[in-house]
Amino acid sequence: MSSDLGLPDPAAHAGWADHPPRMGFFTDTSICIGCKACEVACKEWNEVPEDGLSLSGLSYDNTVGLGASTWRHVAFIEQPVAPGDPAAGMRWLMSSDVCKHCTESACLDVCPTGALFRTEFGTVVVQDDVCNGCGYCVPACPFGVIARREEDHQAHKCTLCYDRLGAGLEPACAKACPTKSIQFGPLDELRQQAALRVEDLHAAGQDSARLYLDDPSDGIGGGGAFFLLLDEPEVYGLPPDPVVTTRDLPGMWKHVGIAAAGLVGAAVALGLGKRR
Amino acid sequence: MMVPDVEFTSYYGRPVIKEPVWEPVDVPSYLFLGGLAGASSVLAAGSQLSGHRELARVAKVSALGAISLSAVALIHDLGRPGRFFNMLRVFKPSSPMSVGSWLLAGYGPVAGAAAVSEVTGILPPAGTAATLGAAVLGPAIATYTAALICDTAVPSWHEGYREMPYLFAGSASGAAGGLGLLAVRPADAGPARRLAVAGASAELVARRLLIRRLSATPGLEASGGLAEPYEKGRAGAVLRAAEILTVAGLAGAVLGRRRRVVSALAGVSLLAASALTRYGVFEAGMASARDPKYTIVPQRGRN
Repeated sequence: MSSDLGLPDPAAHAGWADHPPRMGFFTDTSICIGCKACEVACKEWNEVPEDGLSLSGLSYDNTVGLGASTWRHVAFIEQPVAPGDPAAGMRWLMSSDVCKHCTESACLDVCPTGALFRTEFGTVVVQDDVCNGCGYCVPACPFGVIARREEDHQAHKCTLCYDRLGAGLEPACAKACPTKSIQFGPLDELRQQAALRVEDLHAAGQDSARLYLDDPSDGIGGGGAFFLLLDEPEVYGLPPDPVVTTRDLPGMWKHVGIAAAGLVGAAVALGLGKRR
Repeated sequence: MMVPDVEFTSYYGRPVIKEPVWEPVDVPSYLFLGGLAGASSVLAAGSQLSGHRELARVAKVSALGAISLSAVALIHDLGRPGRFFNMLRVFKPSSPMSVGSWLLAGYGPVAGAAAVSEVTGILPPAGTAATLGAAVLGPAIATYTAALICDTAVPSWHEGYREMPYLFAGSASGAAGGLGLLAVRPADAGPARRLAVAGASAELVARRLLIRRLSATPGLEASGGLAEPYEKGRAGAVLRAAEILTVAGLAGAVLGRRRRVVSALAGVSLLAASALTRYGVFEAGMASARDPKYTIVPQRGRN
């Protein structure tokens, strides 16, 4: 089924003939208060194991990044309001990061076993009983989201609470978020709301507000999870212009093919060569 | 005047992408051994067709030995060896690892049949067919690994995808030719010598082209661009050593036509060069994944 916004339909592309609308996250970091309820709710619901109890010293961020056992991660950035003008004071940026559930998903593309798959909701999920621990998805992800857990040698990441979605519930992190910084819903509706929110912020003088991964024409075909940020993506640890690696795969196979043909040619040349 | 690198910000200097979880011995070994095996099959077929029986025999046995060891390295790296067969539950052209698993499943038995027939003398016609089959699949085994590493978000691998297959094909040919030079006396090693010379030369050219393209990364020209990880630190030292050994091996292969010792030393040099090249390329990619500048600045430059 197609959306009136002309959004790509990854679930149909994956073979789901009759499927619910594509669901996603809109994380509005302008109203994140850094409470980490999302991190805790995610861990509780998904029974994600402990991911370290040490203090990083990086503002209030002690999970430091997404990983096999950290599926929501709240980033904290302390920065001057106006660089060069200490009197203007500091501001504190907070942002709850999560798997982007890319429209063009590198982890899913490169997974050799089919353990990573596209759900009927258009999200990307790892099947634990199929993952054989090859780790190929880990460097494929342009965001550094998916990772392999030491204990079970398998890849893990956010499932967008696939089990809860199937039961008509919203994901645990969105449910727990006290400010509605994490919004869950049909992706096309979220994109409309996000566009309005940016307009409001601009009208209120918050010129640095911008959407990230909301555009289906970007390098990953748009995120199933997208963000409203108050600074450049890299300030939050996000890549500024990610492109899914598999867009270049046809070119890679072409060069591999030419190189391999050269080697076959070498066999022929040697075979036709002199006896000594 | 050199334009300085573009300034960039990051989240506490932390990497944007995750560095590969592949083991630093298993995977470079897999790349090297797969190359050695695939190009040895090329050498085996060429030698057999041109009547170099002893060299063909050596090449067939080394192809089987190398591909067997590479399979061990691959399975060891999985961490869950019992689940290797999950690799063969689907075929996905979008995954170089899936394609490679199927290639390995096809090539391994064929290369094995060629070697067993050669050594035992059983079913010579089938052995010849297997030798020719291995010479078709072997080149794919030797080169697909370039797509394997380049089809990632690792900046210094991904952006090198246009040159990496030729670098790997050259490195593999140098290794296979080198093994032939080491094992067979010079008078009977003509095809090994020619493959070694062609492979080492192709590798040296491909490496230059790779470095030239990656050096020109917008925003990072001053520090060497995405080529910097190939030229700096441990990867840089390893790759410099590999280049010296390649040149030495090339010279020895050309000059050692009648001298067994020179020929054999050239063979050892080329084998070591190939192994070091794979290790250096692997380490360079890891270094480019660890430093956020290699991810962030080139993406900024695209805007």
